[in-house]
Parts: sequence; structure tokens; C-alpha cells
Amino acid sequence: MAATGSAAAAPSVTGPFATGRRPRLGRRRWGNRLVWALCAVALALVVIPVVSIVWGVAGRALAHWHWSYLTTYPSGNGGGLLNAIEGTLLIVAMVVVVAGAIGVGAGVYLAEYSQDRRHLLRGASEVLAGVPSIVLGYVGFVGLVTALHWHYSLYAGVIVLSVLVVPYIMKTTEVALRNVPTTYREGAEALGMRGGYALRKFVLRPALPGIATGLILAVAIAVGETAPLIYTLGYSSGSPAFGLHNSPTGYLTYNVFTDYNQPFASSHYRADAAALLLIVMVLVLIVIARVIVMTTQRHSPDRPQRMGRRRPGRGPGPSDSVDFDTASR
Amino acid sequence: MPNGLHAVTYIPLVALALIVGVLVWKAIPAIRYNGFGFFVHNRWSIGDLYAPLVTTNGVRHPPLASYGALPLILGTLVSSAIAIVLATPVAIGTALVVVEKLPPRLSSGVGFCLEVLAGVPSVVFGLWGFFTLGPFLSHHVATIWANHVPNVPVLRFFRGPTGAGQGLLTAGVVLAIMIVPIIAATARDLLRQVPRATVEGAVALGMTDSESMRAVSLPWIRSGLIGATVLGLGRALGETIAVAMVSGVLLGSNVHSLYGAFTTIAATLVSQLDGAFSDVSGLTTSTLAETALVLVVITLLANVGARFLVRRVATTALPVGRGI
Repeated sequence: MAATGSAAAAPSVTGPFATGRRPRLGRRRWGNRLVWALCAVALALVVIPVVSIVWGVAGRALAHWHWSYLTTYPSGNGGGLLNAIEGTLLIVAMVVVVAGAIGVGAGVYLAEYSQDRRHLLRGASEVLAGVPSIVLGYVGFVGLVTALHWHYSLYAGVIVLSVLVVPYIMKTTEVALRNVPTTYREGAEALGMRGGYALRKFVLRPALPGIATGLILAVAIAVGETAPLIYTLGYSSGSPAFGLHNSPTGYLTYNVFTDYNQPFASSHYRADAAALLLIVMVLVLIVIARVIVMTTQRHSPDRPQRMGRRRPGRGPGPSDSVDFDTASR
Repeated sequence: MPNGLHAVTYIPLVALALIVGVLVWKAIPAIRYNGFGFFVHNRWSIGDLYAPLVTTNGVRHPPLASYGALPLILGTLVSSAIAIVLATPVAIGTALVVVEKLPPRLSSGVGFCLEVLAGVPSVVFGLWGFFTLGPFLSHHVATIWANHVPNVPVLRFFRGPTGAGQGLLTAGVVLAIMIVPIIAATARDLLRQVPRATVEGAVALGMTDSESMRAVSLPWIRSGLIGATVLGLGRALGETIAVAMVSGVLLGSNVHSLYGAFTTIAATLVSQLDGAFSDVSGLTTSTLAETALVLVVITLLANVGARFLVRRVATTALPVGRGI
């Protein structure tokens, strides 16, 4: 607020050409430039790591890339990543089904049926979203893997990961439904539809892109998590097995986490390749989420407009507020 | 009301209760054995595994077992503090540029960068920190000042050999990069909601645009910013894999240099749980449950503190940037 103070002090100098006025303006102008220069530096500090991460990982991985990573199982310290790719895809699919059903259901309930706005459930899911993922992993290990004698198990990993992502799916579903105009519900009611029918046919439809974005976010989290899986999924160099008990499963993040400091070059190359695959998967998910947001924003006039857009002519692009960036763990 | 839907909503509640229940149940022997010393000393020893188990305070344990979590707790707090201090100004500066200066195409590109940062798995951050950032910081950046800092009590922390890149500085910077997108994206979205008339009023008073930012826009979004910062803090406190890969996981010694190896609660959990089973009395596993409880409490305190802060300073009815 110091600058505001100096602006207020200016009238005490008499006359338009009085001394002291010019330097002040100059100082403020330079102050302004300095602030924006610092902001530009901040921007550079955000962009450079992104380039460095993608470039660095891709560069190291592509230097020793061979396509058999995608088609062969690991053998010794080398070999491929097929077991991990299969495992990751399988886990993600199961998490989407399990956590998607629970999260979307709970979100619909919160948005449409709960009378009490400060539902106990909402508090619980916020706390749950704040529980560090390694703590979930510990509980999964102690509770499911050892106490229930499941041993390393596909289902233990899926349960832990589902608990991890349910709060996110729930929240995105609830927000998406709350953004559907009330007139939709009123119109359906005026036509004499029953609540469940109206919900399925009219209210849920405009909320679908939001729900889909939430599910994609959940997929991204599930693809990238390591900590909750190390002690629940274990690791296996073969294809995933569907047993409840003793069915350890390989996954990509495990390969990065354990191969990067093995004393073998072939292990390092495999870690780099797994990291590159992870980055590619995340990039694809981000692009899908963006496409969903872009197409739906273009076609839906009902979406709440942003208020107070600074420059009407050059407002923000439609695509740069996917929930991805504010939401990841 | 559909009953099935109603039942499904209680699953998160049940999950939370089970998590807390399992942690407390597992931690009870450790709490009884470790006592208050757990929080104040830094010896971490699993004990003599070849001697017969002895019983203290009703807890069976190997002789000489001793667990002090002070280095873990300090490491968690200090690394997260570094991350917040580095990330907040960078994130706010980025958001200001994106909202005020950049044309939409470029700002969309920056949004993409933020999403990539938020979406990249932490294990990839760890890999990058281990191979690229750590060596760069310790060989080219920290060396600029590390030998010129005076050897006096507080500044001594910034002095000394800069190591090979595994340590507090690298972990802090990696954590900062991981939480920047959370704060920056929230700040950007909030800045876009500042009413135009208010900013125009500031400009009409003769303020430059940076002055109007400082006097109008930033106070307007303050409560949301605090919320986003604490959300980032929560992620930094609980981050496991990236820290485990770049911290050096040093147990039994307090962090004494910005460049030295250290450990956090989360990194200790992931690196020690494996070996905890060589302790047949189960005390090590139990102690890890106690550290996990401490981590949960710290994270919760940060969130509650944020709510309290936000309620006190909130002057406008803006949504708290809780992310989603």
C-alpha cells in the first residue's frame, strides 16, 4: 500500500510543474515494471521445470528406447514392461468401476437428496482427501495384507486406491450437478416426472462432462500413485492374476521407483522407459479432459459465465480451467 | 429417497473410521513404550534382534529398542516450509501474469503447463530430482553462496558442502514445484473473478496496474489464496515417493544443513515398513503407525488452521480454494 500512500501525498506539492512530482511518477513506473519483471521470472520458473521434466525424461528414455518394452515381460534386470502396463491398465479400470460407482453415487446424493448442507459425509470426505496416500498404504498393508491374510493382492491395491480417489470423484460430481440450472429440475417436475426419472433423463445429462472430467482426474491419480500400492500390490513380473489372496501385480510406478537406483544400466533404461510411459499417459488424459471441456463449453449456453472478465475481447480461452491442476494430490 | 444411494454415501465415512481405527489400534503399543520421548529425542534403533524379547510398560520389545521421531517431524515441517516459501510467490506471480498480461493462447499454454505439473506422477518428479535437479542445484546453484555465508548460528544452516544433490534443498525445491500448480491455478481462477468495476475504480484513482493488483485484486482473493496454499501444504506434508527418492532418508539425526540428507514421516514410512517385519515383537510396525498418526494430525491441524484463518480474514464471500 506504500505506493497508494505516495499517490495520495502528491497533491501537497503545489503546481503542475513542481519538483518532486516527476520523480515520484518515475519511481512508480519503474516499480510497476519491476513487479511485472518479477512476475515474468515467476512464470519462467514454472515453465522451465515442465520443459526440463518432459525433455529430460523423454530424452533419457528415447536414447535407449526399444519397442520390445511394450511387448515383453521383464527378465532379470532387463526385459520389458508388459507386466507393468497390463497391471496399471487393469488397476485403473477396476478403480474407475469401484470408485466411480461409489463416488458418483455419493456425489449425486449430496447434490440432489441431502437436506443438510453440512452433511457429516462432506466433512468425512474432505478429511479423507487430506489423508496422505502413504498412510492409506500403511493401513491397507496392516489391515488387508497382513491382518486379513490377503498377502499382496490386486484387490487390496484397488480398495486402497479407490478410497484415495473417491473424495475427488464425489466432489466433482456434486459440483457438476450443482451447476445444472434449477430450472431443469423445476421444468421436469412441472411435467409431472418423478424425481429419479428426471434426474436420469434431464439433470444428469448436462452434468456428464463434469463427472467425466472427475473420473479422468481419478484415472490420472490412479496411474501415478506409488506410495499406497507398494505395500498392497507388491510386484510381479508376470501377467496380473485375479486372485483375492496372494495375487501380486506389477505396475509402472513401481518400476520407476525401484529400477532407478539398481546397479545395472538395463534397469536404469527400464525406469526411464516406464517414466516416459507414465508421462505419455498423463498427457493423453489431460488432452482428453481438455477436449471434453472445450466441446461442452462450446455447445452449452447454460454454463455459468465467468463474471467480471477483464478484457472482453481477449478473455481467457475456454480450455484452461480443467480441474486437473487444482485437484491432484 | 433411494436407499441404495443413501447407503453408498456412508462408504467414505466408514473408510475414514476404519483408517483411524486401524492406526490407533496399531499405534497403542508404541505409544505406551515410546512415551513422550518419541517427540523429543532422535535415536532410531530397532534394538537387539538376537537377544530375547523383554517387556517394558506391558509391551514386548527387543532390548535397546528406541524410537525418537523428532528428526522425522522436523524434516517434514522444514521441507514443507521451504516448499511453501518458494512456491507461493512464484505461483502468485504466474497467476498475475497469466490473468493480466498474456494473450489467451499463451495463457492457455501456461494452463497446460500447470496441468502437466499437477498430473506428472510423483515418482517422475523423484526421478527428475535425483538425476537432473539435485545435481544441478548442488553443483551449480548452491555453490554460489554456500561457502560465503558467515559461520554464525542461524546462517550456518545455509553453509557447508553442497553434497551430491540428495538433501533438504532438492526435496524442498521438488516439493515446491509439485505444489505450484495447485496454488497458481486457484489464484488464476480467483483473479479472473475479481469484479472489473473494482479494478477500474483503482485505475481511475491513478494506480498503476501493479498497484491495483496489490491494493485491490490480491486482498480480494486473499482467503481463497490461503486455502490454496494450505491445500499445497497438505500435499507437501504428505508427499512420499518424490521425497523418499531425493531426501536420502537419514534416520537418527536432526537436519542440520540445507544440503544434508534428512527424512520425513512419509518417506520413513515407505522406506522402513519393509524392514519392520524383522522385529518379531511388532514394535517397529507399531511405531510406524504412531508416526502415521502424527502425520495425519499435522495435516489435519494445517487444514483446521486454514479454515480458522480464512474465516477470520474473509472479507468477501468467495469460495475457499479447496481445489476440488
